[in-house]
Amino acid sequence: MYIIVVGGGKVGYYLAKELVEEGHEVLVIEKDAGKAERIAEELGDISLRGDGCEASTMEMAGFGRAEMVIAVTGDDEDNLVTCQVAKAKFKVPRTIARINNPKNEQIFKKLGIDTTVSATTAILSQIEQELPTHPLIPLLTLKGGGLEIVEVKVPENSAVVGKRIADVLLPQQSLIALVVDEQGEPKVPRADTVLRAGDEVVAVTRTENEDALRAVLTASASYGPYGPPADTSRP
Amino acid sequence: MGCGRVGAELAAMLDQEGHEVTVLDRSPDAFRRLPPEFGGHRVVGNGIDQEVLARIGVAEMDAFVSVTQGDNRNVMAAQMAKHLFGVQRVVCRIYDPIREVLYHELGLETISPTKVGARLLKEALEREPAASGSGD
Repeated sequence: MYIIVVGGGKVGYYLAKELVEEGHEVLVIEKDAGKAERIAEELGDISLRGDGCEASTMEMAGFGRAEMVIAVTGDDEDNLVTCQVAKAKFKVPRTIARINNPKNEQIFKKLGIDTTVSATTAILSQIEQELPTHPLIPLLTLKGGGLEIVEVKVPENSAVVGKRIADVLLPQQSLIALVVDEQGEPKVPRADTVLRAGDEVVAVTRTENEDALRAVLTASASYGPYGPPADTSRP
Repeated sequence: MGCGRVGAELAAMLDQEGHEVTVLDRSPDAFRRLPPEFGGHRVVGNGIDQEVLARIGVAEMDAFVSVTQGDNRNVMAAQMAKHLFGVQRVVCRIYDPIREVLYHELGLETISPTKVGARLLKEALEREPAASGSGD
């Protein structure tokens, strides 16, 4: 397949390398002379120095017979125009644009670009998966004492929902200092205060017990010390 | 969008005619090109950022003109104004005559100063020289 890659930065370089290794016919168009040369040196005679939005360059590069055009420069507007011109003027069947600003996905789709790839979105979603869904937010570290004040939101499926604070087994040297309910009303907890889903619990704990505290307050009911709640159907 | 020489001149003209004008440019320095009596809004921001366009109220505008130095920026901003925000009149400057023809075909209102400038110069050359005036 004849594939044209517009933009010879890091993304363009490694993309071209992979595509060549897969046996495709590849051409990289790069504005910068130095970058274009480096690609030629390392990957063979597959780079063309020029502006990938300039119709004369596009003609020289053979856009007319390209089966796929991939625009991966660092500028969304350049990637957009390359793909639009490739489609409208050269009838390239498949165009792929790299998007730097994730918000541009919508407009690219609307303007007929077949596929968009956003590294920012990909990295963001990866990070969101890695982060715990109900993070413990450190509010304050008490210097010297190794104590911290943290905030934890009690998730709906938490094992502590419906329990009295006296019955919640907290890690050592941890204390629930304040409970703010979903309406935003703060309560100084007593032993018989019942925790509800959505409560924000402010607690004092030792730094090394932070994770244990979060586990106690957020771990889902199925793993809780008292077994699953009555309403979940489990075999 | 774009407060270069052309953008500033155009904004000043429209402002003087009584239109409500907003000038958008990435660089605050660019606004020095506006005359001191300019009564419109000056906004620093990136014209191909949807959020910026939304913030300055592009959706409520009757017309949008993109005249930055970058053809592709102009093309992208113009298409956003037209297709995302539904602005009725959108005019876009494209220096490159080939791209200009293409985007005109794709439905944008476009002007290529390269073509227009070359034509005006040619016409000036072909005109009979004025009887007097220039002092050489």
